[in-house]
Amino acid sequence: MTETYDLYRTMLLIRRFEERALAEFSAGRLFGTTHAYIGEEADAAAIFAVSGLDDIVWSNHRCHGHFLAYGGPPYALAAELMGKATGLVGGRGGSQHIHWRNFYSNGIQGGITPVATGMALAQKVQKTGNLVMAFIGDGTLGEGALYESLNIAALWQLPVLFIVEDNRYAQTTPVEKGVSGSMSGRFQAFGLRTWEVDSSDVLELLPAARQAVDYVRGTVQPAALILHTYRFSAHSKGDDTRDREALLAIRANHDPLLIHAARLSYLELEQAEADITPLIESAFTRAFADPFPEFDPAGL
Amino acid sequence: MAAVLERLNYALGHAMQTDQRVYLLGEDILDPYGGAFKVTRGLSSRFPDRVLTTPISEAAIIGICNGMAMRGLLPVAEVMFGDFVTLIADQLINHAAKFRWMYNDQVRVPVVVRAPMGGRRGYGPTHSQTLEKLFLGVPGLRVVAPNTLGDPAQLLEVAILQEVDPLLFVEHKLLYTRPMLASGQGDLVDFQIEKFGAHYPTHLLRFIGAPPAQISIATYGYNFELVRAAALQLAYEREIFTEILVFSQLSPFELSPLFDSLRRTNHLLTVEEGTHTLGWGAEVAAQSAEKLPGIRVRRAAALNLPIANSKTLEDAILPSQEKIVTLALELLAS
Repeated sequence: MTETYDLYRTMLLIRRFEERALAEFSAGRLFGTTHAYIGEEADAAAIFAVSGLDDIVWSNHRCHGHFLAYGGPPYALAAELMGKATGLVGGRGGSQHIHWRNFYSNGIQGGITPVATGMALAQKVQKTGNLVMAFIGDGTLGEGALYESLNIAALWQLPVLFIVEDNRYAQTTPVEKGVSGSMSGRFQAFGLRTWEVDSSDVLELLPAARQAVDYVRGTVQPAALILHTYRFSAHSKGDDTRDREALLAIRANHDPLLIHAARLSYLELEQAEADITPLIESAFTRAFADPFPEFDPAGL
Repeated sequence: MAAVLERLNYALGHAMQTDQRVYLLGEDILDPYGGAFKVTRGLSSRFPDRVLTTPISEAAIIGICNGMAMRGLLPVAEVMFGDFVTLIADQLINHAAKFRWMYNDQVRVPVVVRAPMGGRRGYGPTHSQTLEKLFLGVPGLRVVAPNTLGDPAQLLEVAILQEVDPLLFVEHKLLYTRPMLASGQGDLVDFQIEKFGAHYPTHLLRFIGAPPAQISIATYGYNFELVRAAALQLAYEREIFTEILVFSQLSPFELSPLFDSLRRTNHLLTVEEGTHTLGWGAEVAAQSAEKLPGIRVRRAAALNLPIANSKTLEDAILPSQEKIVTLALELLAS
């Protein structure tokens, strides 16, 4: 299959997974919270198309898209959302606290950035050639731990790529009320090479993602990749205060799947749906049938 | 005997020599300065690639250590003054201490955070505190404090080389210059000493050939120095004998040697330098009372105030030998 098709398939997998998760919440069959990645799929598709299999990923509360693009199993993720024993972390973490292979996520804004930086230090001294990618959002630009991390990553020349997905809202707070000055200037002030793209077209994101990943790996230096994107869904489930008309216009003009679908044949689009639909169906159906974890007071 | 400072310095060097995965991170820890309290002196000269001096970024230092620890290294962080642990609370509580359990036992975070705590050096409200109580009872985090009985070097080396979970290592500043005690000599000549637990031991001191003890005194760290003097004063001046329990693991709470002692004495006195309310002693007392209904309790601790700079005020705020003796007498009279 072509790279064009693979990118579409990745984005469709994320879209359909998130739609299903939201539907299950609406139907009352899922409990707790989730943060859908719908609208931002092109970021993850581009980045994981160019990163290495052994690279380390630190993600945040909105981690499903990163996880699926990383190659994580939809079934174990669905089971984790449901709090099942077969979930990624046995039902202990839920939607925003997952771990699988070299993928980690945590629900504390900014706190992952020094941890990612420390992992990059470990990669450097162990000479693995791997890099660490830390996904943050525009909201996390308000956290001090980020700037401590940028400073040390630059001083010690650590292979960590800080990826900002600016979806223009921190929960309900628009970026105009949350971020002063220049986003890229914040990273450049620490001497980080910075790439910035404002697009929902995966093919426009791909070159910048490739350059940034290759730069960090090749030079063993930190860098930043700033991606301006749109979140179509609410911050979590039903907490969207944005203007509905404006949102519809954004969906019409900035949907990464629509933009990229134009490059695929009808047959390819059909095939992608035929490939993804049973995958999602089976993931959720199997996970629903799985048992809940039993509490073991002797464990840990 | 060597002072505690020398033993800690030896342990860091020995751990680094033993295992190439050990790294030290902290502020101003390079030679010739060697750290604010000189605990890391000489180590950057011996291991220049593994002693990393940092910017003033406590949260990032601990976060970076967490990341290193999760990927195969054994980082040891120095927080220059224990007062600054407020800045690392998120990294300890929401990251280091949670990851192993939250990720269903699939990761380990063997990070050691050393923090010089305590007052009596006139450093004032933000450089004299005893803040470890904020971290007691955090699931997944072990809190350990050396004293002059066990070997601090052994305690620290176990923490660095054998511990697989995050650990806060609390060093009282006044302990640094204190000599290690030798069993049967000096201050210890009157005591028989029993040790419980291997890695982070609890020591029980009982007067040799004395009438039955009336009070069990539970303490840790530097406060054992005050408690020992108070216990000797009570014995020699009042013929009141006590048993002293010196804990090196503060959290999780492992109090069984204390419970055994309380079955003999029925009176508990806890001594700590943190503030009185909701302190270590409060939990020790609560667990003891749950186990042994009917025991009587007093807690010696700092007043619920910031620590003043002026010596007269600082002395009024912190526990002392005299206050411990007074509380012990009050406890017996109650």
